[in-house]
Amino acid sequence: MSITLLYFGVLKDTLGCSTEMLAWDGGTTATLLDLLRGRGEEWAQALAPGKVFRLVVNQQIVRGDAAIPDGAEVGILPPVTGG
Amino acid sequence: MYCDITVQTATFDLGAEELALRAHAGDAGALVAFQGMVRAHDEAVPLAALFLEHYPGVTEAEIRRIAEQAAARWPLSACRVIHRVGALAPGEPIVLVLIAAGHRAGAFAAAEYLMDYLKTQAPFWKREDFVDGSSRWVEAKASDDAACGRWHD
Repeated sequence: MSITLLYFGVLKDTLGCSTEMLAWDGGTTATLLDLLRGRGEEWAQALAPGKVFRLVVNQQIVRGDAAIPDGAEVGILPPVTGG
Repeated sequence: MYCDITVQTATFDLGAEELALRAHAGDAGALVAFQGMVRAHDEAVPLAALFLEHYPGVTEAEIRRIAEQAAARWPLSACRVIHRVGALAPGEPIVLVLIAAGHRAGAFAAAEYLMDYLKTQAPFWKREDFVDGSSRWVEAKASDDAACGRWHD
């Protein structure tokens, strides 16, 4: 049971990784954020509530808490700055 | 509405894109084109390049969703959006929005709506690479959010 995490923009630099496989016992996007914030001060600050723009589960932008199925691709998106 | 969305590293040609879109625009009476260019900025250290990143698949789908919202507000015939990613030098074109519509009011409004939402909703991230070798990820601008907010009225 695992999921793939993709990090974008400034998160790649602050967290020092762009993609990772994570063991996953099931849960939601809130479960995942709690787990990542528990990795230490750097992670807790980078992924503080209000800083994470959006999560994407299997290419679908998530609004609110959402289930993450086994094998999912989860994108973690900082605030966007395009155009 | 005909709608063609592309995210690419290559540059684009406004004239060629306009010709291509007109083939799908029916008897539209208006065609509005917006092209955005990379600014050199007025910081202490000059900009060497902008580096843009996107989320393949998700970014294109989000732009399409924004275009469909525009088509629900104004009667549009066709739209073409190109957004570039990768390293872009100052002066290079970065984004193209073409809107064909029956009348000019809808074409102007939809082009502006699309640009406001592209800047605030579409998953793109910009990094400024300076000539002295330093770089910095751009932070979201409150002015862009304000421009986008006016469409909620």
